[in-house]
Amino acid sequence: MNLTPVRGATLVALCIAAPGIAEAHGFAGKRFFPATLATDDPFVADELSLPTVSFQKFSGNGDEPGGRETDFSIDVAKRITENFGIGIGATYKRIRPAGGDTQNGFDNLAAGFKYKFYQNDMREAIVSAGVDWDIGGTGSRHVGAESFSTVTPALFFGKGFGDLPSSMKFLRPLAVTGLVGYGIPTRSSTTTTGDEGDIETERNPHTFEWGFSIQYSLPYLQSFVQDVGLKAPFNRMIPVVEFAMSTALDRGASGTTGTVNPGIIWAGQDIQWAIEAVIPVNHRSGNSVGVLAQLHFFLDDLFPQTLGRPLIR
Amino acid sequence: MIPLLRRVVVLSIVAALCLAAAPAAAHAFLDHALPAVGSTVHEAPRSVRLWFTEQIEPAFSRVSVLDASGKAIDAGDSHVDPSDASILAASVPVLAPGKYRVKWRVVSVDSHVTEGDFTFDIKP
Repeated sequence: MNLTPVRGATLVALCIAAPGIAEAHGFAGKRFFPATLATDDPFVADELSLPTVSFQKFSGNGDEPGGRETDFSIDVAKRITENFGIGIGATYKRIRPAGGDTQNGFDNLAAGFKYKFYQNDMREAIVSAGVDWDIGGTGSRHVGAESFSTVTPALFFGKGFGDLPSSMKFLRPLAVTGLVGYGIPTRSSTTTTGDEGDIETERNPHTFEWGFSIQYSLPYLQSFVQDVGLKAPFNRMIPVVEFAMSTALDRGASGTTGTVNPGIIWAGQDIQWAIEAVIPVNHRSGNSVGVLAQLHFFLDDLFPQTLGRPLIR
Repeated sequence: MIPLLRRVVVLSIVAALCLAAAPAAAHAFLDHALPAVGSTVHEAPRSVRLWFTEQIEPAFSRVSVLDASGKAIDAGDSHVDPSDASILAASVPVLAPGKYRVKWRVVSVDSHVTEGDFTFDIKP
């Protein structure tokens, strides 16, 4: 497969965004889990990410020039019942190939649903299942939006370590969230006509989507383990490292692409902001460090009696 | 397309500012406590006081103090401070040296429930 700037940027963007939309936040017992940026967590919530902004350079490959891409995303999630929610997301992309014309346009819309089927407050544990649908043909081909859809059923999990023994109390603020999913393209291959009239056929593999986050909650440390005297804004910060990966499984494709994203989440009463570095895990995933930032609103806290409550109670 | 991008950015910023300015009453988190979370004190406290990030509902908010065996030893007068609805307090008798656990469960004024616990030690 030729790696054009648009395709390269799309791969990087997929690594950043896949496979979820509208990352959730929530509680399991006394544990507050923030909304993560690159990997979806298991919570069903009413929330809005506005905006999520990412910036990434991508390198040239042979005759193909490098370039840079800036993405601007909006995601919203809504609870239908206490444990079942839906979400939708849109991304506007700006791709600037080195020496080429800038391409602008919307990527394919993403929609999905999630059902939380297990929660153990004592163990700060939660598991849910969901399906993400990247809706083919709804975006601009100029920015690499695919003409076919990809459906990704996935399992999501979260676990806080507040149940560790007191001898390990300073590890209690640790938590992990993660997901495993199976990406199913609705078309096995895509045929395109190049600028010079040449016909290219690209095979679309099934993919194993996986990722997780490791987070250390300073609010948890302060409120439940030991007050170490942190003041604002540090007492609401959650250092996090996210791993967002995708492994091609068949149709002539193989290997894993993805990014490791170390960053900081600041979670307030009804809003959170976050910033992460986006570090490609290998050459196929890119060779420069990008940035991912997000402003996120907890609609259940902002509008507890209207927008922020389940439609069916 | 650039004007469209600018429009999207501007509209998003305006929407974000409107949301950020919206009045809200969210989950009540524990801000700090006396005795402090995880602390060791050398003088037995006569009460425990918890400061929350939101005002809480007196009728649905409780704090209790347990000794090392898990027995409640507070005076049973858990109450929200009448002068500051973000403070929850309970009296305790004169406590012997040892480890004590403070358990709380509160409902913020917008009906969100939060709960938690922490320990403190008394050493002579």
